[in-house]
Amino acid sequence: MARFKKEGTKDLPEINTGSMSDIIFMFLFFFMVITNMRESNVKVIFKTPNASEIQKLEKKSLVATIYLGTPKSKNENTLPPGKVSIQLNDQTVKQENFAKDVRDFIASEKEARTNEEDKQKLTFSIKADKDVQMRYINQIKEELRTNNALKINYATGKKTQMTQ
Amino acid sequence: MANRKTPGINTGSMADISFLLLTFFLLTSSINTEQGIPRRLPPPSEKEVDVQVNQRNVFVVEVNFNDEIFAGGEIIPVNQLTYRAKEFLENPLNAPNLPEKDTKLIENMGEYPVSKGVLSLRNDQSTSYNMYVTVQNELQRAVNELRDKVSLQYFGKVYDKLDTALQKSIQKAVPMNISEAPPVNYGKAE
Repeated sequence: MARFKKEGTKDLPEINTGSMSDIIFMFLFFFMVITNMRESNVKVIFKTPNASEIQKLEKKSLVATIYLGTPKSKNENTLPPGKVSIQLNDQTVKQENFAKDVRDFIASEKEARTNEEDKQKLTFSIKADKDVQMRYINQIKEELRTNNALKINYATGKKTQMTQ
Repeated sequence: MANRKTPGINTGSMADISFLLLTFFLLTSSINTEQGIPRRLPPPSEKEVDVQVNQRNVFVVEVNFNDEIFAGGEIIPVNQLTYRAKEFLENPLNAPNLPEKDTKLIENMGEYPVSKGVLSLRNDQSTSYNMYVTVQNELQRAVNELRDKVSLQYFGKVYDKLDTALQKSIQKAVPMNISEAPPVNYGKAE
């Protein structure tokens, strides 16, 4: 039988923290891979409506986003009568250039996808504030339709089902 | 001098630095939150094609500038819309004022009476986007619930749990026909 050792005389061995940084770096890379940076800074304020029958979009690289909402600053372009801005890429659009801007936006988004299959799958996601009137959405839909960009998505938050 | 050891670099702060980077990335990035109601717009055409549809096959849903829903001939609250749409599409008693059915041969399911019903949606220019999405959502829910029902009946599972091939069959059996009429403009711009 071994004799009991005297307690209290020895210091606790120090924990090796050298591998800590490796673990954190692993975390970091993990997050960098599964997330993606917000690529454009949004210049409108919007709060999307909620819905229950939602589907996730398959690939984020095949999504082009159109934002609608109230402008964040007074310098942004608005559509008459001046409460709603539409943002494509990094700019809010002017009323007089509206049709041309949307056309260019669709063309450039299609151009960016080299694969023919990807061009077919390209989805235009409309992220709009829930208080926006349909007249603006209708304008966009009409432009998308005339430019043969038919796959669209109304971005919404999640809501639990309404009871009957 | 030559045999002096190089002092070890203190790596303790390394963890702090990488934590900092980690929090930075957590804040600036967004986890995939792209979700919503997918829709397909009708292809562009020079003139509106006027397809002759029998009156009984159309369920008209109108939303006015006050966000009130007018469906099936009366003003109804939102939470009744799904029920009404389901009743219309299903037509369990083959009522003469509800849509006709067209018996089609569908793979995996055999012959199935497919409803010819079309949900027609018309909104005002001043309808709020929120209401529009809600209505779209309720109509989608009606179709999804019918699909689940048929799916349970034929395959014993809900629609989401089926294989793609079986899902296609269900999609043929319970089609999603939403047509959007050009909007009207009675409200005032805001």
